[in-house]
Amino acid sequence: MLRFLIASLGRHDADDAFQETFLSALRSYERLPPDSNLRAWVLTIAHRKAIDVHRGRERRPTPVAELDESAAAPPDVPKPDHEQSDLWKRVRTLPPRQRAVLTLRHAAGLTHAEIAAVLDCSEEAARRAASDGLKTLREELLDVPASA
Amino acid sequence: MSLHPPDLLDGEAAALAARTTARAADEGAAEIAYARIDGPAGRLVAAVTPRGLVRLAYELENGGLDEVLDRLATKLSPRIVEAPGRLDVVRRELDEYFEGRRRDFDLELDWGLVGDGFARRVLEAAIAIPYGSTSTYREVAGAAGSPNGYRAAGNALGANPIPIVVPCHRVLASTGGLGGYTGGLDRKRLLLGIEGARGEQLPLLSSP
Repeated sequence: MLRFLIASLGRHDADDAFQETFLSALRSYERLPPDSNLRAWVLTIAHRKAIDVHRGRERRPTPVAELDESAAAPPDVPKPDHEQSDLWKRVRTLPPRQRAVLTLRHAAGLTHAEIAAVLDCSEEAARRAASDGLKTLREELLDVPASA
Repeated sequence: MSLHPPDLLDGEAAALAARTTARAADEGAAEIAYARIDGPAGRLVAAVTPRGLVRLAYELENGGLDEVLDRLATKLSPRIVEAPGRLDVVRRELDEYFEGRRRDFDLELDWGLVGDGFARRVLEAAIAIPYGSTSTYREVAGAAGSPNGYRAAGNALGANPIPIVVPCHRVLASTGGLGGYTGGLDRKRLLLGIEGARGEQLPLLSSP
């Protein structure tokens, strides 16, 4: 869940979103049917928190620059992989569904079936959003303008 | 190009989890906060609710941590978090007790696992036994309002969810034997020894 939130929001906002997700999960845990998929359930909550944060950012008149993660880390711990964190930064600029699918698949490790349950869409739609998102990323990396 | 899960920094997840569970306990999102407490009587699992100390379990004698928490989840609430900061007062008072520097506990108790019936009155009668002295199952049953109910009193003491703080170890068999104990008789001897209660005369083995 933490890796998903870092991928989706960056380290700074992931911290608060993690706490909010955990508190929400605790409050609604008793209403969860016994045989539920706990991982998908928790990530559904985390996904909704992430959407709230992204919406909040869009409402802000001037986007606040994301903190440089490597600068925030103490010198004696390994630095986050720059290439990867740059890639996730690009994922954050994708349309909401593509962003959600890629973070749920590659940061949280959910299956496409689980992702479909989290996003309340078909498995096929989840796969398509994933492949669209990856295509856009590849085009951006090759500096080819993404075709709409 | 491939996407990998973001790396976590050393200790990042653990620190965040600790801050989150502490917040959950403070804001009431969690009903029960627990911590493990080590001492001369072995490892204890202590659990508090907003009302007070609700459980103090000898971890190994109660099937391990998961078993203790499962029972709390079933009987009280599944909203349980590990939040050692919430158990600081309990830990300090237990430490002082084990070091012989504390005779009475100043802790609020939550009787949620006991209810309001005879068992509750028996445990309250046990609390009334002063530090360093002992009573019998029959006397405790009488104090709880049922002089003939010593077997039921024994069951209630055996099921005491808050041993040590509710001093069921001060209740002995009328015959002079140790009786039973939820944490095993070695621990009953240990606690009575700390309190200096009949320390020299205690039989090493209880009569069967």
